[in-house]
Amino acid sequence: MKEGYKNLFDIFKKKTSSDVAKDRLKLLLVSDRANCTPELMEMIKNDIINVISKYMDIDADGLEIQITQTEFEGNDEAVPALYANIPIKDIKHKE
Amino acid sequence: MSEVIVITSGKGGVGKTTTTANVGTGLAKLDKKVVLIDTDIGLRNLDVVMGLENRIVYNLVDVVEGNCRLKQALIKDKRYPNLYLLPSAQTRDKTAVTPEQMRKLTDELREEYDYILLDCPAGIEQGFKNAIAGADRALVVTTPEVSAIRDADRIIGLLEANEMKKSDLIINRIRMDMVKRGDMMSIADVVDILAVNIIGAIPDDENIVISTNQGEPLVGTNTMAGQAYMNICHRVLGENVPLLNLDGNNSFWSKFTSILKRTK
Repeated sequence: MKEGYKNLFDIFKKKTSSDVAKDRLKLLLVSDRANCTPELMEMIKNDIINVISKYMDIDADGLEIQITQTEFEGNDEAVPALYANIPIKDIKHKE
Repeated sequence: MSEVIVITSGKGGVGKTTTTANVGTGLAKLDKKVVLIDTDIGLRNLDVVMGLENRIVYNLVDVVEGNCRLKQALIKDKRYPNLYLLPSAQTRDKTAVTPEQMRKLTDELREEYDYILLDCPAGIEQGFKNAIAGADRALVVTTPEVSAIRDADRIIGLLEANEMKKSDLIINRIRMDMVKRGDMMSIADVVDILAVNIIGAIPDDENIVISTNQGEPLVGTNTMAGQAYMNICHRVLGENVPLLNLDGNNSFWSKFTSILKRTK
């Protein structure tokens, strides 16, 4: 979500509508090109829930995943990234 | 050597038919033997844009189904000795033709024509598959809008997946005044997003509406769009022509008026 916050701040720097269009398109095309169907995303999401739940108590309903872009260290070009926001209910190890 | 070129876009209404008419007419003006094929079965339009709607007897489906010979269906454009149109059928649908039949048709036309231009319907279904089947290269038309660019990206992906040898981008309806204000994506922005070779940019020119009203493509005339389309024709032929300055100060009329202004 780093990218998203950065975009949010940019809006206050008087972004032109063509900049907005460009940014929206760049994000949109990443997920379009990845060709992830909603069913596939749902399967990934369920698998993530299963794996993480082995180690901690998470809020399965609050979990979101999306394909987005991120800056990669030592690389100026943005690369596709799978972003997952997993709210933890209880950090203690489950027995 | 002849070349089969499909003009496609994904999204409707971005200027595929206008581009097909103008690039085809331009190539004919440059002494190439050209045939235009309207592959939009059920929604034929290339005939009206070309001003040849009153001369249709047979159509694409008639040829494919063997109701007539190919030569009988081709309409010769009397204004240009080298230009022909194969109109689409209005009362049938996209399933009336298969990709194999299209490939056979374009191969037959290769023997006689230098350039075979296919006006592709909007969408990515059967009509699109038919249109791209026999093509050697594609001209992907888009406008500087998010919806058109998104669809163009999808089309470029599908063309790659179908092993299209060459895909070039045409950005249509650019308004330099809006680009300067920051309210329209620039040519560079669109090229950056789509990461594909650009073969031409057409300004939003009201002369296009006038030329469509009259049924006479404006390629090669002293209008911004007319010049931009002629430049695309030269690039299709492999010539290296720099992108037109779309600021509106290189058309005949603006040069003329600027001289008048100077002398005042």
